[in-house]
Amino acid sequence: MASNRISRRQVMVLGAAGAFYLGSTLPGAALNVEEARSLVGKLVGDINAVIASGKSEGAMIKDFERVFARYADVRYIAQSALGPAGRAASKADVAAYTTAFQGYIARKYGKRFREFIGGQIEVTDARPLKSFYEVVSTARLKGQSPFDVRWHVFDKSGKDLFFNIIIEGVNMLATERTEIGAMLDQAKGSIPALTAALRKAG
Amino acid sequence: MPRLTSIFPFAVRLGAISVACLLSACAHLPEGAEYNDPYEAKNRAVHATNLEIDTTLFGDGKKKGIVPTFPRPVAKGFINFASNLAAPGDVVNRVLQGKPGPAIETTVRFVINTTVGIGGLFDPATAMGLEKDETDFGETLTVWGSGEGDYIVLPVLGPSTERDAIGMVVDLALDPLNTLLPRPESTYALGAAAASSAASRQVNADLVESILYESADSYAQARIIYLQNRRYQLGEDIYVIDPYEDPYGQ
Repeated sequence: MASNRISRRQVMVLGAAGAFYLGSTLPGAALNVEEARSLVGKLVGDINAVIASGKSEGAMIKDFERVFARYADVRYIAQSALGPAGRAASKADVAAYTTAFQGYIARKYGKRFREFIGGQIEVTDARPLKSFYEVVSTARLKGQSPFDVRWHVFDKSGKDLFFNIIIEGVNMLATERTEIGAMLDQAKGSIPALTAALRKAG
Repeated sequence: MPRLTSIFPFAVRLGAISVACLLSACAHLPEGAEYNDPYEAKNRAVHATNLEIDTTLFGDGKKKGIVPTFPRPVAKGFINFASNLAAPGDVVNRVLQGKPGPAIETTVRFVINTTVGIGGLFDPATAMGLEKDETDFGETLTVWGSGEGDYIVLPVLGPSTERDAIGMVVDLALDPLNTLLPRPESTYALGAAAASSAASRQVNADLVESILYESADSYAQARIIYLQNRRYQLGEDIYVIDPYEDPYGQ
């Protein structure tokens, strides 16, 4: 079945611990390879701390939402996932949608934290890619072959934040565009209805 | 991951796909497109049937299916066993791809796991640092320059592409176990592949069920995840979103 080719690794949000990489910087860019790498290193440290806390799943998901809000450009991710529909919408509707999206992502990916316990991620590389930076890491979870997790980092908002995670080629932003698009169709194009559905999803 | 070798009924279905298109590198993706899915209506119908089969066999996360849950070590054993049986076929494909290094490593793995690993039930080779390197004729076709073709959903087997589906059929003919073993023994390999698929479905239940039963459009999710992961495995381009060229995230 479909499933057999899809391993759990593809849909996990993971952290990283890292060595250092002294890479080149883009001339004139505010963000550089080292900063991108250091952001992912800190992010991973925070995620590991949440996992090691031994809290209940519900409490961990709340903590994860805070980590996500701190290190990810949630506004960009949410609006990019929403696509053209966001342009015509009111500011208030988009803001409510963005908040609901943040919780949805935290629940959806946070649920997988159990699988990460005892695991380790190592940052192996960081490099400029197009107009942003890619931090490459390898995740080693108990009883699984190592797999590839890439973090896309930019500073469009003025802060260094990640905006995409690629796990064994599977692009979080692209899959969420597909999913949010499907939910918006089910909501008959209504952003408030989509927002209500997102609050229950994940 | 379980391989999709050893499935005979699909040979018939796949006969319908033009082999000529394969070697002429059919269906290059149009620029910017993420996939070619001209059979979407038909694919969706097959997907819906596959979901029913999956729910019946394994449940949907809420209610249980009819297949009993294997204890974890048993599931691992099934997966290891089928993966080891597939190793000779992997070696043939690596040779066809002109990659002798991986061919030799997989041969060594096969010898170690078949002996020390008790017929392949265990995977001591990985512990020795020889990691699994699975491949198939779909990858061989890719190395030879074939395009991906259209996205298709196969009955029971799920997401595939024209190239991968043809690869599966060719793998049956290429697999030394299928061709060299006498009849009853070669059918055991099929049983092992089925048991491995079931075990893998169970081991990854949370993820599989979140995609199949919690998505707003499980067909679209399975399609994008399959294609992106497969292209990554094959070393084809990874889809990159450039936020500075994205008109929607402001």
